[in-house]
Amino acid sequence: MIDKDSLGNEGTPFILDVERGKVAEFARAVRSEDPAHHAGEQPVAPPTFLATQMHWEQGVPDSNPWDTIQMDPAKGVHAEQEYVFHGPPPRAGERLHAQSRIAEIWEKEGRAGMLVFVKMITEFRDSEGTLRAEAILTGVERP
Amino acid sequence: MIPPAPPAWTHTVTRTDIVRYQGASGDFQPIHHDEPFALQSGWPAPLGVGMFHAGVLASWATDWLGAERVRRVRFRWKAPVFPGDTLTFQGQVDERHEQDGGSRVVVRAVCTNQRDEVACTGWITFQLD
Repeated sequence: MIDKDSLGNEGTPFILDVERGKVAEFARAVRSEDPAHHAGEQPVAPPTFLATQMHWEQGVPDSNPWDTIQMDPAKGVHAEQEYVFHGPPPRAGERLHAQSRIAEIWEKEGRAGMLVFVKMITEFRDSEGTLRAEAILTGVERP
Repeated sequence: MIPPAPPAWTHTVTRTDIVRYQGASGDFQPIHHDEPFALQSGWPAPLGVGMFHAGVLASWATDWLGAERVRRVRFRWKAPVFPGDTLTFQGQVDERHEQDGGSRVVVRAVCTNQRDEVACTGWITFQLD
């Protein structure tokens, strides 16, 4: 059962270092052999690479506010995922300062009852504070 | 201007794909690799990882128009995927618009299974100039 009071919850900030080895590992995992991800010292990250935020969050307690929404894991589904880049996607060698927040909670009447949607936004900024990318996760809990 | 879309990719999902993706991403949801856990949860087999086939869909599109040019990606999932499913990845230009002083194209890419059910739809936006 979604806790609607979790709206606005923010996670502890965490760092995501875009590393050459992780870029290549992730690219291989999504079946890309594109040299853009595998060659040189600063390969560009694949479009969904920021999914690796889950790896970095594991080292920082309370960094993932999704843990606070109380979604029933047996009824919850990943409905939609979006990544927005403000300029080119990040490259190996960049340090991104990330923070997540529960941005929206809404309900919609479904065929079998009320669906509850939750949107979490993670912002990724460079060391100057410039917004480089956003990850927008939408989950839904079915009745 | 825009090169023709590359041929569709097909790939039969294996448990190794799932393990490799989960290790790379750091998403260790057991429902995707722990067979007894998946069966207990009511699935017939470990559930495929949506972000795996979304990622492959993006790889198909970036092979076409270039990874450095991506500015936005969005994915929605429908049919669940299981090991042994043969997925097809393909797409086409859906829309063009101007933004931030440049020309952008949105590729609508679709991942379907061997029964022609849509597993995932992706919209991948590229900055062309």
